[in-house]
Formats: sequence, structure tokens, C-alpha cells
Amino acid sequence: MNILAGVDIGDLLGLALRASIGVQAATFALAAVGLNLHYGYTGLLNFGVVAFMAAGAYGMAIFFTQGWLGGSLLLAIAAGLVFAVAIALSIGLPSLRLRADYLAITTIAIAEVIRISFRSQRLLDLTGGPFGLPSIEDRNAEVSFSDIVTIDWNPISDGSYGFWRLKFDEQTLWVMILGWTLVLLATLLIWGLMKSPWGRVIKAIREDEDAARALGKNVFSYKLQSLIIGGMIVALAGITRAMNTGFVETQQFKPQTTFFIWTVLILGGAASVWGPVIGAVTFWFIIVFVEELLRQMVESGWIPSVILESNDVASVRMIMMGIMLAVLMIWRPQGLVGKKEEAQIDVR
Amino acid sequence: MSANNASELKNIEPTPGSPKPDPILKVDNVVRSFGGLRAVDIDHLEVQRGIITAFIGPNGAGKTTLFNLITGFDRPDSGKWTFHQLSKADSWTTDLSGLRPHQIAHKGMVRTFQLTKSLAKMTVLDNMLLGAAEQKGEFLRYALIPSRWKSQEKEILIKAEALLEKFNLSHMRDEYAATLSGGQRKLLEMARALMSEPKLILLDEPMAGVNPVLVESLLAHIENLRDEGVSVLFIEHDMDAIMGISDWIVVLAEGRIIAEGTPSEVSKNPAVIDAYLGSSIAEELKDV
Repeated sequence: MNILAGVDIGDLLGLALRASIGVQAATFALAAVGLNLHYGYTGLLNFGVVAFMAAGAYGMAIFFTQGWLGGSLLLAIAAGLVFAVAIALSIGLPSLRLRADYLAITTIAIAEVIRISFRSQRLLDLTGGPFGLPSIEDRNAEVSFSDIVTIDWNPISDGSYGFWRLKFDEQTLWVMILGWTLVLLATLLIWGLMKSPWGRVIKAIREDEDAARALGKNVFSYKLQSLIIGGMIVALAGITRAMNTGFVETQQFKPQTTFFIWTVLILGGAASVWGPVIGAVTFWFIIVFVEELLRQMVESGWIPSVILESNDVASVRMIMMGIMLAVLMIWRPQGLVGKKEEAQIDVR
Repeated sequence: MSANNASELKNIEPTPGSPKPDPILKVDNVVRSFGGLRAVDIDHLEVQRGIITAFIGPNGAGKTTLFNLITGFDRPDSGKWTFHQLSKADSWTTDLSGLRPHQIAHKGMVRTFQLTKSLAKMTVLDNMLLGAAEQKGEFLRYALIPSRWKSQEKEILIKAEALLEKFNLSHMRDEYAATLSGGQRKLLEMARALMSEPKLILLDEPMAGVNPVLVESLLAHIENLRDEGVSVLFIEHDMDAIMGISDWIVVLAEGRIIAEGTPSEVSKNPAVIDAYLGSSIAEELKDV
């Protein structure tokens, strides 16, 4: 195991495996399942994935911290989902009748509008501005929506579970179970939908909207339904992440998150049922493995500090990810589990 | 019924906009301009039920634009058109102007496209199943309850397989539509349109880019449709095909109807020969 002195392969594998089954992987998988309905099946170019995550997380956090629904967390989560529906409508109603590129532009714009406006001083009382929710005082006093989930609702008794480097405390384990359960349910939902005649219309719209129209399908209505259902799944990802981190703030919803989720989807295979899940697991494994490997190599002197310092490692892993995606597009455009024949069809 | 409707044609004045004894579609004052160009300017047009009507005309005559307008894919500047679902019964008249494409399809008027729109990444069978109208399982609220749509799906499947058999596509049933040849795609598109049992089918250049052997079978299919009671309206450039199977021909030039009549009447019409003057089609017309 000691090919490179100072590099601990066991440590690397342990950390990478830990990340690939962790809560973050689950939230990315969940968001990718939603995006898969949008892009993989319906052909909607949603470049504002993070807008739906923000809608879910902020909707839940605002309603909960304001105590608007009697302080019920379940109702606050429902409010987050309703907020995501509102975002879907506000994106879809004006842009879904237009060409596909207009939707893409609108989604990017809405995502940035949400992030920047929620950060503004004017909304400080509602969104916490740059500090996020819950407020700093509440966080210092350890009062958060996430405590209800991780402590009050947690059926697992205190302790450490697992083995080797895959040991998790009861709170992390519980959120992991919740997150992956949501992933499973969302995947089954999409699987069921895509097997139905409804799914057939959705796929037809991806292939050719006019053909679907000529056969009497109300394309606009189907696209809106897809945007709403996928958007709610992505919102659940935002809520799950908020339960893990314990707070929401606008820096969590930068555009790069959107593109990570696109990477996950394309890596796993768009328009395949399990693609988003495989993609998320693989994405986190690679990201963490590469980052740790580089860090250890820098620290043990294998890579001289002239070339790379440990501070730069985080950005290098992104470059690696970009190269990987480009290679994947050339050699395996269908992703890890996508259908090869489908990806090879040249649509004229 | 179709024989009757075809024989009724003998008594129709072969003039632009002439009234038909049993119209399925009536078009009034439909105008569509692109900038300064009047691409379509139809005063009055009636399409007889149960026959094959062809739209012909030189390039840029407005044939496809007129198709797009009456199927809702484009919007006219002004005008009105009505669909007459039942023979000679005014109570079944539907105003189609202003309706969206899918609404017009629901009324029983289904079109195909000049450039075939086979759904490449779906199987031939899925293409067919999609064509069926009023499917319960297409509603989101029923999609996850297969018991609500399984029996209907079976009926549709039987219908789709019968149509595929008829159009010689059964062996391609489970292949992606992308693997079909150009001619087979035309057949698939026509078969798919028939899944919804339309009253009037509009075919935009069904023979374009199809090899001569398949043209024969396409023509036979179109004639079969008429004999089964479907009214057919089609755009075509292949003069032999048009003269061979059309019961009635409408000639457009520069957006207007310049002539109407049976194939023999139209081919002798000086206005038609003028419109095609200098083109090889004018020569072909003389031979007919």
C-alpha cells in the first residue's frame, strides 16, 4: 500500500467512500433526480437548479423562524415546497411557450435574483440577509430547525455507528438515512411516471414538441407539470441540505452548485432512472479522492510547492473534474449507466 | 359514401372558392403576411368530405403556410375557418380559428410534416402509442395508478400493432425510430397520425424524399384511407402522383387560389399552365 511514501491509500479510500455515501452526495443525487426529469426526460434546459434548492431551503427556514405556521416544521417544509412550485410557475409561465433557450436564460436569471435579493439588507428581517437563517443569536444558542430533525425526531440512540473510517454519529446517520430514503422515493416516483403514458408524452416533447402538438398533446401544460414536479424534488434536496448544515445562507446557492448537479447528471447518465444516483456517488468519490490525494502529495513533498500549494488543491480538483467531464463526453456520452444506443442517435 | 362524394364532384363548378355539396372544412378570408409579402390570401375555400384533395402550386405559393395556419401552428392576420365533423349537419360545426394545435387535433384534424418528425429516441411502437387520443394515463393524476389505464393501453396496443402491420413496419416495432429509412419515417408518421382516428388528415409532401417503390405503397395507403371514410388533404410536387390519386385539386400561386377542379379540368386550365410557365411541370401538365 505504500507506493508513495507519505500517501495513505487507506485514508484516501476511506474519506472518498465516506463522502460518496454522505448527506451531500444524497442531496446532490436528489437534485439530479429532479434535474433529470427536467433535462433528461423533458429536454428542459434548467440552468437554475439552485433556485429550486434555495426556494425549498429558504421557504422552509423563513416560515419556521417566523413561526408563521405555528412553528410546525412539517408545515414549514410544505411551505418550502409550495415556494418551489411558485418559482416553477414564475419561470415556466412566461418562458415555456418560447424556444428552449429562453427557459435556460430565465432559470439562470431567477436563480441569481433569488440569491442576490435574499442577501440584501432590505430582506434582513425575513431572510437574515448575508447572515442567513437562523439568526446568529439563535445559532449561538443552538436553536435551529435542523435540531428538530436531528435530535427531536431522531430514533437512533446516541453513539457512533459503522466501522473503519465509515463511522457516523447518530445525527449524521439519521440525516443520511432520511436523505437516501428521499432519493429512493424520488427515483421510484420518476420511474413510475416515465413508465406511464404521461412519461411517453414527456419524452415525445423532448424529441419534438411540434410532433407532440400535432398529435393533440398540450405541450405547454406537460412542460409546466415537469418543471413543477422536478422543481419540488430539487427543493427537497435544498431542504435536506439545510437539515444537515443547520442553517441556510445565500453563499450556499451560487451558480456553481447548479453546474455540479449538471455534472452529476451527465456523469451518471441523463434520461436513465438510476443515473443521477450513480452520478452523485461517483462525483463525490472522485472529488474527495483527488483532493485528498493532491493534498497528501503536496504535504509529503511529492509535488513541489513551486507547482502546487495545499491552498490550491481545491481549485485543481475542479479542473480535474472539468477534464473528466470532457473525456466522458467524448468516450461515453451516455454517462455511466445511460443507454448507449440513445446517446448515439444523431437527431436531425 | 366516398364514391358518392366523389361523384358529387362532377356537378361542382371548377372555379376558385366554389361551394362543395358536403364540406368538411371551410376557410374564409384567411390572410397571412410576412412583412410586405402576402404569403396566404384565401377568400373562400371548401374541402369536400370523403375525398382526396391536393394542394399544388409553385414554390412559395403558400401551401405549407396555409397548412400551418389551419392546423394552428401559425396564426393568420385575419380570417376564420370551420370544421364540420358530421356530414351535412350544421350543429356539428366547430370554429377552429384561434385554437391551439393540440385543440385542433382533438377536433379530428391531424397533420403530418414536410420534414418528418419521427421521435428518434423512442421506439416505433412508442411513436404509435403516443398517437392515440384521449388516453387516461396521460393525465398526471392517473399516471401512477396503472389500473386506471392498463386496459386502455391494451386496446391502443392492439390498434397500433394492426396499423404497423398494415404499413409494413411490424418488423421494426421495437427499434428506435431513428433507425428507420426516410420513406419508413413517412409511413410511421402517417400511421401515427391515424392512431387518433382523424376525420381529416393533412399530409405535407408525404412523397418527398421517398424512393419510388415506397411511393407506390404510400399512394395505396392514401387511397385506402379515403375508402375507409377519412378525408385527405395533401400537398405534393410529384405531378404523376397527384394526377393519379387526387379527386380534386386546388391550385395556389402567390398565396391565392387560382384554380380548382378535377385533375383533368385543372390540367387544361390556362391559369394553371401560366402559373407553372417555364417550369418542367407545365410540360408535364400538357401530357396529362
